Amino acid sequence: MLIRRAPRFTASEITDPKLYLSRRELMAGAAALALVPGGGEAAAPKGEPLAAKRNPAFSLSEAATKIDHATTYNNFYEFGVNKDDPSRLAHTLRPRPWSVQVDGLVHKPKTFDIDELIKLFPLEERVYSLRCVEAWSMVVPWIGFPLAPLLKRVEPAGQAKFVEFTTLLDSNQFPAQKPGFFGFSSLDWPYVEGLRLDEALHPLTLLTVGMYGQVLPNQNGAPVRVVVPWKYGFKSAKSIVRIRLVTEQPKTSWEKAASQEYGFYSNVNPAVSHPRWSQADERRIGEFRRRPTLPFNGYADQVASLYTGMDLKKFY
Amino acid sequence: MTRRTRVALKVGVWAGGLAPLLLLGYRAWTDDLGANPISVITNTLGDWTLRILLASLAMTPFRIVFGLSWPIALRRLLGLFAFAYVCLHFSVWIVLDFFFDWPRMGADIVKRPYITLGMLALLSLIPLAATSTTGMIRRLGARTWTRLHRLAYVAAVCAVLHYLWLAKVGVTDPYWYAGALLVLLGIRVVDWSRRVIRRRAAAVAASSAPLRS
Repeated sequence: MLIRRAPRFTASEITDPKLYLSRRELMAGAAALALVPGGGEAAAPKGEPLAAKRNPAFSLSEAATKIDHATTYNNFYEFGVNKDDPSRLAHTLRPRPWSVQVDGLVHKPKTFDIDELIKLFPLEERVYSLRCVEAWSMVVPWIGFPLAPLLKRVEPAGQAKFVEFTTLLDSNQFPAQKPGFFGFSSLDWPYVEGLRLDEALHPLTLLTVGMYGQVLPNQNGAPVRVVVPWKYGFKSAKSIVRIRLVTEQPKTSWEKAASQEYGFYSNVNPAVSHPRWSQADERRIGEFRRRPTLPFNGYADQVASLYTGMDLKKFY
Repeated sequence: MTRRTRVALKVGVWAGGLAPLLLLGYRAWTDDLGANPISVITNTLGDWTLRILLASLAMTPFRIVFGLSWPIALRRLLGLFAFAYVCLHFSVWIVLDFFFDWPRMGADIVKRPYITLGMLALLSLIPLAATSTTGMIRRLGARTWTRLHRLAYVAAVCAVLHYLWLAKVGVTDPYWYAGALLVLLGIRVVDWSRRVIRRRAAAVAASSAPLRS
């Protein structure tokens, strides 16, 4: 018979400081919740309010998608590949403290603390349509400010031709960044996205810190993301830690994973099918019938000129 | 197997086969299907088609590996449940997803390989369901019937490929189904080759027997 003498405690029993710190946060959060009237009920989680004036120049005649849908039906692979993974696991992300490094080919590189960044320019609310490459869409009232003034503030150098966005790399906060079975990983982390400099400077490109009158929920890319409404949703990088100006076209995560399916440009285009499905129509979340997809997601009058002379079938 | 055990097993299959559908109906009724209910309904029905189809194909390996004969009695019922689910899956695609947009669906069947494969899987299950009665077995003769019902393998392979092809990067579920199908087919191949070897050995023994007398 085997007699095992166990040590009084194993290394694994010692609580990781990160864990108990997060427990404290949790308890503090629970205490705060208890102060809110009716806070104990299992109501839809209400975010912290964020005031911003609606910019009527960027609005849609359509009703916004239900907030419950916009916060529970998400593609955010850092949490998992299923639509409900981000909302289920969102609590693992800690959007404070947070800083965003803006550097690369610029004359005044700077790392901004998120709370400093948010106050740089006046926040505004814009209602954009969001078209996912998977042929569904939403209407979301975002809160933020255009990316252009931020980029101008760091003074791009002449050689800067592209802007690269990098999402946080931290498997403690993003569980799906841990390799799974057989070292399997859905994407090559960190998530990298990119825009041409003129696309990044376009007035529609919004640096976003809130939605639906609230601080951006974790599952939607807290604390800061971009929203590029004329491109498929995956082009709008979430939980950004770095914005880098570069000469070469950035190699994006989705191009690395499947370049024949997800091109660098990925402008919403009903005429160019995804290799496996048509992009001619889409299902607006909350609607029954599919509706036709519009070129550049309905923003053609504002952005089509960026691509004059380009073969958009080739540069999909 | 006694009659009572057989009835109990069949009741179990009925309950197991209907449960996912009832659960889906309940979730739809209580508005619990989330932001994109049509996609949830389509995917759930597809998942269960594949699971039940693989379960029906697991009955023979059960007999081969564990020497149990009773699973064979459940095969037809499981196969019919798989057919019912695939019909629902297909109907949802026609009615809820594309709302009878025939040209659009036709184009997808031709142009999208994963939809082509899904259609092939469905089509190969139709003759199986149609000839599932004892009367049909008798009319076709056991031999023809058995041959015809090998279409079940075609259906399963097409269904797994359909799922593999449609799943986006990072989704691992279809690989598990593919793995399960490979195991189920592998057991049959091993069993079949062992029988061939045994039969050959027996033939050799039979032909050499007269020499010894």
